[in-house]
Amino acid sequence: MSFFLSFKEIWRNRGRYLLFSLVIALITTLVLFIAALAGGLSKANRELIDNIQADLLIYQEEADLLISASRLDNNTLTDLRRIEGIADAGGMGFSTATVVYPAPEGEIDISLIGTEPGRPGNPQILSGGPLIRDRANEAVLDGPLAEKLGVKPGDQITIQTVQGTEKELYNLNVVGLSGSNQYFFQPAIFVPIQTWDEIKPQDTTARRGSRVIFNIAAVQLYDPENYSAMIPAIEGSIDGIQAVDKQTAILALPGYTAQQSTLNTQQAFTLLIGMLVLGGFFQIQTIQKIAQIGMLKAIGTSNGTVAGMTILQIITISIFGVALGVIGTFLIAMGMPPEVPAEFNSNAILGAIAALLFIGPIGGLVSIRIALKVEPLRAIGL
Amino acid sequence: MGISLETNQVTKIYGEGDTAVTAVDQASFNVADGEFVAVVGPSGSGKTTMLAMLATLLTPTNGSITIGGQNLEKMRSRQRTKFRRQNIGFTFQANNLVPFLTALENVELMLRLNKAFDKNARQRAKDLLDRLGLSHRLNNLPNQLSGGEQQRVAIARAMVHEPSLVLADEPTASLDTQRAFQVVETFANLIHEQNRAGIMVTHDLRMVTYVDKLISMVDGRIEQITDDRTVIDGMANTTHDPASTVNQEADSAGEVVNGLPENMDYEYTK
Repeated sequence: MSFFLSFKEIWRNRGRYLLFSLVIALITTLVLFIAALAGGLSKANRELIDNIQADLLIYQEEADLLISASRLDNNTLTDLRRIEGIADAGGMGFSTATVVYPAPEGEIDISLIGTEPGRPGNPQILSGGPLIRDRANEAVLDGPLAEKLGVKPGDQITIQTVQGTEKELYNLNVVGLSGSNQYFFQPAIFVPIQTWDEIKPQDTTARRGSRVIFNIAAVQLYDPENYSAMIPAIEGSIDGIQAVDKQTAILALPGYTAQQSTLNTQQAFTLLIGMLVLGGFFQIQTIQKIAQIGMLKAIGTSNGTVAGMTILQIITISIFGVALGVIGTFLIAMGMPPEVPAEFNSNAILGAIAALLFIGPIGGLVSIRIALKVEPLRAIGL
Repeated sequence: MGISLETNQVTKIYGEGDTAVTAVDQASFNVADGEFVAVVGPSGSGKTTMLAMLATLLTPTNGSITIGGQNLEKMRSRQRTKFRRQNIGFTFQANNLVPFLTALENVELMLRLNKAFDKNARQRAKDLLDRLGLSHRLNNLPNQLSGGEQQRVAIARAMVHEPSLVLADEPTASLDTQRAFQVVETFANLIHEQNRAGIMVTHDLRMVTYVDKLISMVDGRIEQITDDRTVIDGMANTTHDPASTVNQEADSAGEVVNGLPENMDYEYTK
């Protein structure tokens, strides 16, 4: 009964209900884009850290979890490897460089990551092989970067860094490709840490031979589940360091939490606005129908049927509107330039869609209440 | 002939103590199957309140109402809605029809509500509309129908589910004279044909010419119940001032009179 009445009404007034659906569709598109942007920005920032095959990361204590301010050396690594429960530790250095050759679309800025071959910190290899030699001009490239440059294992690339005040060029042999590994919005190139130490941008050239100073250490535990217990053990054994899990490290990335909370707030507000706007639409709609509802009740339509009519319409319009919005978003996403960091396949997107399906019904609760409270006596003027 | 409707000392009092208002005061009357009754009276006479109680929309403060053998007193809210749906037909002054359903769908609505909608039911609805002269209007929406046609569709809707009691609230409220007579005459014929109990609340005394029984109410009390033809027809013709210069008389129902008589009792309800 409710179904019959709801759909008849929608059909006979399809212009108006299409308008409601369009509003929902637009809000959907907006929310999904914000969610995608949040996801994309998040990924561009954190991907590399996320992908490090380690259970804990070690920073210099004074650095306050800022990678670029953290300085560790080989002594730290030796000490770490001696601690019970630690399977292995590898140093990681973070810097930047520019790929100048090949450059089919111009020079590309990249994150230059130094790792110890065979130790934690190295990326998962998708094609080719990992870094092997400690001190060689080898490199593992971020997969999407390689695709952009048009290189594969066996090819050579040239990167440029500033040494002192001069720009220097270095040739690297591509030995392998990893999956996508972005750090600080840039794709990553992994080189052996000693190579990294030589070619990374630095103020003076006169420090060859001294010990390698890198940024953080990646630690693998025998019992990964037990990482929280290991933290005090590590910090107690070694002076001047701080151990954290990856999630904490990610939250400490510069700008990360600011970005995410801003975008999440925007999403929440858009959903709220949607709820209020739709609630308003449905409320006005229902108020205009009060006489009709009164008549229906007077001829014996139950409250259940009347409420059913109202909510069915809201649900139908919501599903239709969200579907339209998802299609629209999809079409726009296809036409978007690839530089825009927008991530459309994720749980966050699914969560957003679920929330969107609810803004209609929640907004419409008021109108359901109005419908339920209409007195059939109205129909006879009492 | 069975008695479809029995009311016994039905009273409705609003408020309490000093501010109590007695809308209906100890009304007692019966309506039999196939009997067409008019309830008349000025504004504030309690006739609409009486109608509401008959339609199970209001509970009497005192007294009892029995429709189709069932006493309304004991019924709870949901039961009453169901009872209303199955046993009572109702037409209203305005907003009679669902605006997004066709004439036929509006009539079928009553059957759908009662979960009694099948092929036979649809045919019955069509036949009823046909009987009311609306077979060419089945697929029209209410806004494509004239006032008289809307009222007739409402009558069909009020009777298609074969209720014990059919109620009409001011059925001629927005109709011109000719249509008004048409509608009430058709209504009366259907009531007689289908042997239902029919009650029309109206302030237009000309219309009582079609009824079998007349109930007059004033200030909540029933002043008069009569089925005497002379009295009833006399009422129907009292709506002109004998001293007026325009010498009108509606000597038989349905005849179009030229010009409206003066002093007509045209009040508009609240």
